[in-house]
Amino acid sequence: MDTPLAPPRPGIALPGDRSPSKARQVIGTRAPRIEDPALLRGEGRYLDDLRIEALHAAFLRSPHAHARIAHLDCAAAGALPGVVAVFDATAIARHVTNLRMPLGFPSATLQKDITPWVLSGTEVAFVGEAIVMVVAETRYIAEDALALIDIDFAPLPVVHDVHQALDAAAPLVRSDAVSNIAERVPVGFGEVEQAFARAPHVFAEALFVHRGAAHPMEGRGVLARYDAALDTMTVWTSTQMSHEVMHAVAVMLGMDPHNVRVIAPDVGGGFGAKYLTYPEEVAVPAAARALGRPVKWVEDRAEHFVSAIHERDQYWDVEIAVDARALILGVRGRLLHDQGAYTPQGINLPYNAATSVTGPYRVPAYAMEVLICQTNKTPVVPVRGAGYPQAAFVMERLLDRVARELALDRAEVRARNLIPPEKMPYEKGLTNRAGVRSVVDSGNYAVCQSAALARIDYAGFRARQTTARAQGRYLGLGLANAVKATSRGPFESAVVRVSPSGRIGVYTGALAMGQGLATALAQICAEQLNVPVDSVHVTCGDTGYVSLGMGGFASRQTVMAGSSVHLAALEVRNKALKVAEQMLEIAADDLVLKDGRVEVAERPHLHVSLGEIARKLKGAPGYSMPAGITPGLEATGMFQTNAQAHANMCHACEVEVDIGTGGVRILRYVAVHDSGTLVNPMLAEGQIHGGIVHGIGNALFEKMGYDDEAQPITGTFADYLLPTSTEIPQIEVIFFETPSPTNPIGVKGIGEAGTIPVAPAIVSAVEDALAPFGVQIAEAPLSPVRILELILGEQP
Amino acid sequence: MNSQHIAAVSEAGDARTDDASTEPASEPSRTITLSVNGRRQTCQVSERKHLADFLRQDLALTGTHVGCEHGVCGACTVWVDGVTARSCLMLAVQTDGSDVRTVESLALDGGGLSVLQQAFQDHHGLQCGFCTPGILMSLTELLRDDPEPDEATVRLTLSGHLCRCTGYQNIVAAALDAAAKLRAAR
Repeated sequence: MDTPLAPPRPGIALPGDRSPSKARQVIGTRAPRIEDPALLRGEGRYLDDLRIEALHAAFLRSPHAHARIAHLDCAAAGALPGVVAVFDATAIARHVTNLRMPLGFPSATLQKDITPWVLSGTEVAFVGEAIVMVVAETRYIAEDALALIDIDFAPLPVVHDVHQALDAAAPLVRSDAVSNIAERVPVGFGEVEQAFARAPHVFAEALFVHRGAAHPMEGRGVLARYDAALDTMTVWTSTQMSHEVMHAVAVMLGMDPHNVRVIAPDVGGGFGAKYLTYPEEVAVPAAARALGRPVKWVEDRAEHFVSAIHERDQYWDVEIAVDARALILGVRGRLLHDQGAYTPQGINLPYNAATSVTGPYRVPAYAMEVLICQTNKTPVVPVRGAGYPQAAFVMERLLDRVARELALDRAEVRARNLIPPEKMPYEKGLTNRAGVRSVVDSGNYAVCQSAALARIDYAGFRARQTTARAQGRYLGLGLANAVKATSRGPFESAVVRVSPSGRIGVYTGALAMGQGLATALAQICAEQLNVPVDSVHVTCGDTGYVSLGMGGFASRQTVMAGSSVHLAALEVRNKALKVAEQMLEIAADDLVLKDGRVEVAERPHLHVSLGEIARKLKGAPGYSMPAGITPGLEATGMFQTNAQAHANMCHACEVEVDIGTGGVRILRYVAVHDSGTLVNPMLAEGQIHGGIVHGIGNALFEKMGYDDEAQPITGTFADYLLPTSTEIPQIEVIFFETPSPTNPIGVKGIGEAGTIPVAPAIVSAVEDALAPFGVQIAEAPLSPVRILELILGEQP
Repeated sequence: MNSQHIAAVSEAGDARTDDASTEPASEPSRTITLSVNGRRQTCQVSERKHLADFLRQDLALTGTHVGCEHGVCGACTVWVDGVTARSCLMLAVQTDGSDVRTVESLALDGGGLSVLQQAFQDHHGLQCGFCTPGILMSLTELLRDDPEPDEATVRLTLSGHLCRCTGYQNIVAAALDAAAKLRAAR
């Protein structure tokens, strides 16, 4: 960790600690990951690594952005040796309760019939939409069979862009759509009209932000096994939300959720792409039940590009009103959000974007009209950052504009408008989707910005820039602040259980996608039980162990599952001490819990192990339990809240733009973060690094391109560019740790935090570098070609 | 929709076969002899099966991962005759007579992690771990061929791999640390 500017870590007392002054010993350490040895040996068990004999599914997907299915004949495909079954919409309909997928999040206002089909039967609305599922002995044969399907399409007019979607003369995105506008959502607070009417300065911007797709290195995948004797379904799926998939599969297959077990094996990254129930997660279990044999489908990258969710395009027409001192009076505008052809989840992504624009700043009045537009493209749900990166881009671009217009320093404009620490907790004037008021809980934003400026030598930059320009080099510096409301509720589950063998297990509905969640939760448990981190066994995302769970989204798991583990481990600890008091006949005040046993202080030969206590609490038939003690050395933590812990960040970067090629080289990148108490600073840094590089992709590389017929034109990693190691500088991370009052361990989420301010910081730096050309930038990502166009003053 | 065609296709239990072979009889196949992780073996393999599928499906070496199947992401990187190769871009039959090594061969004989593997854990050089096996194969080759790589060299080697989780920084640190430890041990 890069600590020189960080305050010393206080020894924070945990609620319920026997000694209020007890400093944390495990939380806050750089404990090595317990996940790593197996993964490094090649012994990970990702979906496609499970040793379960299964048939293989492959999907025929639409090559058209919008078309009627005029003719479909699967006979030749079905007759191919090795093919076991072919399901089209009519065939799969016999095995599911509804051909249309359930909506992910409840909504009373969305148009009906807006979710994807399990298999599309009469009309296709985006390239990649699944039409037929072939099940065969091997994937190779299943794909051979796809080529034998006789299908004719009658192309329909295409909605390729949100602006076109709004045109009264535009075709409908689907023939069952009421309108291309799925929903209009007004968001705001304060007296906006008044604020703009009396403002001495109003500046307008038309901004475009594209965010590509999630692209975890492991694609999606499902393996389903039905046991007819028990009427039970086991679904292994590469998901971020086992419990939600369990409920969706149960509903769609007409089963009781009790008989459906969903297990997430090792998950090779998620980044949002796995936080929904996909049609394949219903179709594959339906086939497994229909055929009485396990069926597996593993997405390939070509499928992932078109059938796993994207984020994609948002157009923002916005205005900012400021007074003579550049203090913000109001922000208003309109957001056009490209939702794609269906709405699998709800309005959460554009709602997040619209409600997070004001970020870390005091904005007294705000109004944003959100138009959720449907286009004939792959559906959209949140990718890492979930609308916050776009919102930060909007706010930071507006502040750069204010600075330029009023001839003020960019950092100074921000400093004047940051929410000051004495105003915390700060009410934003908005409600989150839980219906509770959005309250920024804690943090010192000015201090974070100052630390970033000091680290990047902001004061010395103009001299560096001048020197470089004299050599024909174009340097620029960019700066951006952001806030992320993390730790979405309503709860997360955690069971801490000591087995009679002494094994310590943690079971949670939270879901590990690579963050090191098991290690973080093991640390939180180990803190209370005073055992080595690697003696805690963590099971995430298996509905067979815990009945309830939410999973991995919204930078929430260390906060929510961590708090639940903390509460449960504390209860287990206190229970163990109470039982030991009776077993050892020594007052609890004289007992010490350590290394898996309770000892008498100063007389460690007198002890009882956690396993012995667990055996006592297992009960013996007809014998009594210890007085006043409930059975089992275990506890369930169910930390519940609608409040959100607000992580904040300030990023500063220095870039060099090659005016001959349009290439951007990032020379330095400084990231100051406050995610509250850090459970494991090493893992926290890893989250920041990965988040920032995702943001660099969004700023400079990642563009999911479509042509005017809504045909994807970036369908491989050779066309769609993820950042690679040679484009990435050393990232300098500085942490502050302002404990959040919203949860018992003081943590704030971190998974998405790194991504949010990156695009505005880099774009600001590029604009600064190109100031001699009068370049003003209103978009991301910036390709080299686009930068050359900007330098030459050309339109795209 | 012409759903009547579906009726012609069995979707019931009577389609069950007891043949658990991964190679249906209809697949044209060849016999190849190769060494995998030091073990010589002769296998019947489908002519069109790529090396990654062969390693994973036929030999149960699932440490080699398939991330893109078009030769960009590098997750499937293995060694063929001592040099790295994308196993998704190579047919298994092409390795007849070859020496193939996968991530499963990297740990020490006693089961301990190699110096590079241990450095990955020490420096948090992996998160989800899906891309890691391929990266380990490329960096093991680099450290064999260049005992004193600088950061730029490590990044150049790594640029043949996509990692969405780590931002690469800790992988670079792990490789440089492993190189230093290997030099010190020499």
